[in-house]
Amino acid sequence: MLRLFLVAILSLTFAASARAHPHVWVTMHTELIYGPDGKITGVRHAWAFDDMFSAFATQGLDAKEKGKFTREELAPLAKVNVESLKEYDYFTYATADGAKVEMGDPLPDYWLDYTDSILTLHFTLPIKTPVKAKELKIEIYDATIFVDFEWAKDNPVKLSGAPHCKADVVLPREMTYAEGKALSNIPADQMNTTMAWGAQFANKILVHCP
Amino acid sequence: MTSSRRSALAHCALFILCILLVACAVDAALAQPFGASRGGPPPEVGGITGWIFAQQAAFYRMLSSTIRAAKSDGSAAYTLMGISFLYGIFHAAGPGHGKAVISSYLVANNETWRRGIALSFASAVLQAITAIAIVGIAAVLLNATAHAMGNTVRVVEIVSYALIVLIGLRLLWVKGRALLKLLRSPAHEHHDHAHHDHHHHGHAHEHGRDHHHDHHHDHEHDHGHDHGDEAHAWGHAHAPEPNELVGKHWLRRGLSAIIAVGLRPCSGAIIVLVFALAQGLFWIGVASTFVMGLGTAITVAAVATLAVAARGFAGRLAKGKPGGGMILLRGVETAAAVLIIVFGIALLTGYMVSERMVGV
Repeated sequence: MLRLFLVAILSLTFAASARAHPHVWVTMHTELIYGPDGKITGVRHAWAFDDMFSAFATQGLDAKEKGKFTREELAPLAKVNVESLKEYDYFTYATADGAKVEMGDPLPDYWLDYTDSILTLHFTLPIKTPVKAKELKIEIYDATIFVDFEWAKDNPVKLSGAPHCKADVVLPREMTYAEGKALSNIPADQMNTTMAWGAQFANKILVHCP
Repeated sequence: MTSSRRSALAHCALFILCILLVACAVDAALAQPFGASRGGPPPEVGGITGWIFAQQAAFYRMLSSTIRAAKSDGSAAYTLMGISFLYGIFHAAGPGHGKAVISSYLVANNETWRRGIALSFASAVLQAITAIAIVGIAAVLLNATAHAMGNTVRVVEIVSYALIVLIGLRLLWVKGRALLKLLRSPAHEHHDHAHHDHHHHGHAHEHGRDHHHDHHHDHEHDHGHDHGDEAHAWGHAHAPEPNELVGKHWLRRGLSAIIAVGLRPCSGAIIVLVFALAQGLFWIGVASTFVMGLGTAITVAAVATLAVAARGFAGRLAKGKPGGGMILLRGVETAAAVLIIVFGIALLTGYMVSERMVGV
């Protein structure tokens, strides 16, 4: 009885202690870049942050015009962003036919865009050794759930230079047909609790090539 | 004598089991950041935890649209307070070290539930105040960047986590010594045992006095309480004498725990405050932060009360069995002290991520 009580208390108190809270929401567009030889060479991300984080991140930054930031004005922030993402492997994990694919640091052409109070980070992760795969899997997630990733509603994934391949976007949680239908009916500006919950699981891209 | 020894043995076994369970729980809690955080997919979150995640995420995201609405519509401010309150409740129910540290502190110190509630509220209010102070000074007065604020939070964080380790070490020194002395002495008859315990508390609080020179009254008072509570009347822990709450000494003693837990502001509160500031509604953000703190305090207080109740339950159980019971109780207190140290070190070394400021 005492043991039971202790277990209950401990699990209640500590079970969730190891996790962070989502405080940043990212809406993703991802482009997979293929070389002429059919090998994947890079992953190009466009991550739009939620409005609260966008306001937070731009706090105190100098701008010629109030409330507007140019690419140049945001360059120092983009640098900090990209550099601090390194510690988290850019939240991007890839496997080619089951084998881990190593990715390098982002190409130097990364940049931040600020439109309608939303900050979007654009960067390209090069694949260290370009690889050709029957099945390529790319997962994007933050294991500590501080950042919550979700796919954009419109064409979240694009293949560039791989005409014979087919990309499937796997939503964070296996959705039932009804859930998927309900999801597609939710207006873009509305809160979406199902997705917020489901995003604790990995967002996946599966690319199948002949 | 034989039966009492056997009972002591049985309780030793029970105690070891408890330690194992604690270790398992901590291991489970730490497993993810220790191991899989860089490689494997995030573990699935279902059931109650998943639901709590969903709720707090939903309320957090509602905050932004409601703050925007408050710009043009004053009545949205009331809605904002409601959402902030609910967000606070769910936020604290999810991850966070505050509950764990406060609960362990209460168990180790054998505090009453009323004090637990008071500590929970005090630390939540302090947490709101630090968030407001950081944003108020850094962003409003100095127009500092998010990066600068993040650095400030990191410094505050290190101080706060180090303080947790210190609190744990001090409790371990006091409680661990009491346990060791109890373990070294041979099994006692009930009467002897009670006397023995009495003696220990004298010891424990002598150390307390080393640190707090002005705590003479506290020492006398707690001493009497512990004696009555543990040696004679276990159940009375839940019904503290009114005069117990009059003295401010326990609050002064708990101040270290309040500061350790409350010093580190919630990243969410800081983001909300900066967002409100960007909308020109800083004061609405301040009010929202305090209401969030109120919600947080309610959840932390509920968990703390549960921990105190469990401790009282263990105490009642130990009462019936002389000898081993005391060892078990001291063991639980010592384990709680060790847990506080483990939490502090895990937080300091980054193995346990409570909150994070990323990318800025």
